[in-house]
Amino acid sequence: MANTITELLKKNKTQLLDRWIHVQLTSQTLRDDLMSDDELRAQSEELVNALAKVITEENSNQPDSADFDEVFEILSTISMSRARQGFSPRETGTYINSLREAIINLLQEQLLESPAQLFAESQKLTRLLDHFSVITFETFIKGREEVIFRQTEEISDISTPVIQIWDGILALPIIGTLDSSRTQVVMENLLQKIVDTGSSIAILDISGVPAVDSLVAQHLIKTVSATRLMGADCIISGIRPEIAQTVVHLGIDLSNIITKASLASALKHAFSLQKLVIKRLEGDKIR
Amino acid sequence: MDKIPILRMGTFLLVTIQVDLYDRLALNLESDLINMVHKTGARGVLIDISAVSIVDSFMGRILGNIACMTRVLDAETVVVGMQPAVAITLIELGLSLNGVYTALDVERGISLLQTKLGPNDELADDDADDTE
Repeated sequence: MANTITELLKKNKTQLLDRWIHVQLTSQTLRDDLMSDDELRAQSEELVNALAKVITEENSNQPDSADFDEVFEILSTISMSRARQGFSPRETGTYINSLREAIINLLQEQLLESPAQLFAESQKLTRLLDHFSVITFETFIKGREEVIFRQTEEISDISTPVIQIWDGILALPIIGTLDSSRTQVVMENLLQKIVDTGSSIAILDISGVPAVDSLVAQHLIKTVSATRLMGADCIISGIRPEIAQTVVHLGIDLSNIITKASLASALKHAFSLQKLVIKRLEGDKIR
Repeated sequence: MDKIPILRMGTFLLVTIQVDLYDRLALNLESDLINMVHKTGARGVLIDISAVSIVDSFMGRILGNIACMTRVLDAETVVVGMQPAVAITLIELGLSLNGVYTALDVERGISLLQTKLGPNDELADDDADDTE
């Protein structure tokens, strides 16, 4: 006969685990598409084992005791991996709350005759598991944030390719908003590529930039000046009519910068700077 | 006392900065270079800073000053081989070195100076290995 949560956890571990798994499997929030039942069982077993190992009569009253560090670690790993696998917050929350349900059920059966003790024990349990849920959520959100952070980094990496379109001519199509950190990446990539390829002309295509305000224009001017310092010419292309309007309305001076409406005309200009001529072969039919 | 050598290449002067410029060295370079331009009647000055990895606003100003001073003496200054990090630093410092010509390397710097100075450069005629 187990009278406290501690005893219950230590003695009826298997029974508790079975019940918890049962609660989870019958729950509406079960996601068998994301995690197999076996995996779920292994995960739950690990948590129950760890909890049963560290819990004692003394620390069951102090949820922030250092004894629980091991449990917290397992909990963090579980919720972090759930965040990555794409579980919703509700599903993760239900997961940990279903443990409470399972323990309370067991406790209730054991302590039917002494309601006072049942109450005291369930209060203890609530305190402990509330602490667990807070940790679960904290790490769950942290896991999500990590995903977002990684994606942001990936996007800024992919979205600033420097392409060598001709011997000595580089093109850099910018897609998305230009902020300070992005400008830094763009500038570094471009300048490094200029050194690597020995190019003397860089075309900055901004047709993918949704809006140009004074800050974005400032960033563009900085990039152009930096390329000029390196000894290369910089052409800004892909200026849409709306952007031309805003630039003039904002009073931004782009007169020192070569600007072209399209990438094609920028390339043409680059060819003329390089003293290159493109012509169709005579007598060759247009296919 | 360290000194930065100034090499004469036909009508141009070539300065290769191989060490990090401290203030006194930069000031010495400035006066040496201007004296040299005056003495040799050089038409162009190439400053190669490809080995320089650290710049400050003072150095940026010195480069700008040299360009202005040589222009007074009828010579153009080309700064060549600037490192990306150096370029970014100068831009962040607000020094875009307007009035200074720039080129990727010494070779391009020389051809830039040659096109800037034009064919009517009588001094270039006695330059045996001129590309013309």
